[in-house]
Amino acid sequence: MKVRLRLFAALREQVGLDELELDLAPGATVDDLLTRVCGIHPVLRGRSFAIAVNHSYTGRDRSLAAGDEVALIPPVSGG
Amino acid sequence: MITIAHAPIDLADLFRIPGDGASGGVVSFVGTVRDHTAQRRVVRLEYEAYEPMALRELEAVARAATDRFALDAVTIVHRVGILLPGEVAVAILVRAAHRAAAFDGCRFTIDTLKQTVPIWKKEVFADGETWVGDRP
Repeated sequence: MKVRLRLFAALREQVGLDELELDLAPGATVDDLLTRVCGIHPVLRGRSFAIAVNHSYTGRDRSLAAGDEVALIPPVSGG
Repeated sequence: MITIAHAPIDLADLFRIPGDGASGGVVSFVGTVRDHTAQRRVVRLEYEAYEPMALRELEAVARAATDRFALDAVTIVHRVGILLPGEVAVAILVRAAHRAAAFDGCRFTIDTLKQTVPIWKKEVFADGETWVGDRP
């Protein structure tokens, strides 16, 4: 199933992409996605970020569905 | 009213307070770009937002402030893009029946926004740049 991954700020600069599409097994979790993406982009390993799925913060054990948008949220600094 | 602005924020426009008399106190916070950080001169800030989620989180902050302090209204405008020292990055206006709730509600709004909203700022110096809060 295809999911979209969005990257921002320092992570976007380090990976060199602001988004990528991943094809994951049905029932894959955020954690599975992270394992896959850290394999493709090792610069992400050990980085600090929160996770959002479809614009809401969520945990790494969240199950994903086709068409979900996942975002890696590095430490925020608005305001 | 919650907005993400891509152009300079017009404070005069924001301060047009409705004259319905419901609120006795209006408190504002305006965040501007400082020209220095830890004695380094800032050339510019670059603000980036995950816009659809930032709007959602800003609305959540406004709702939480309204509920907690019994506010009449919360306005938040956050700018994104390239900002020079002195420019307005964020403006918050809070209205309440009385001033105590307005002061507390405004403080809560900016403090919470800074913790939860997916907006990031990069400080650009003459000799380098850094994303604020980045922990390598």
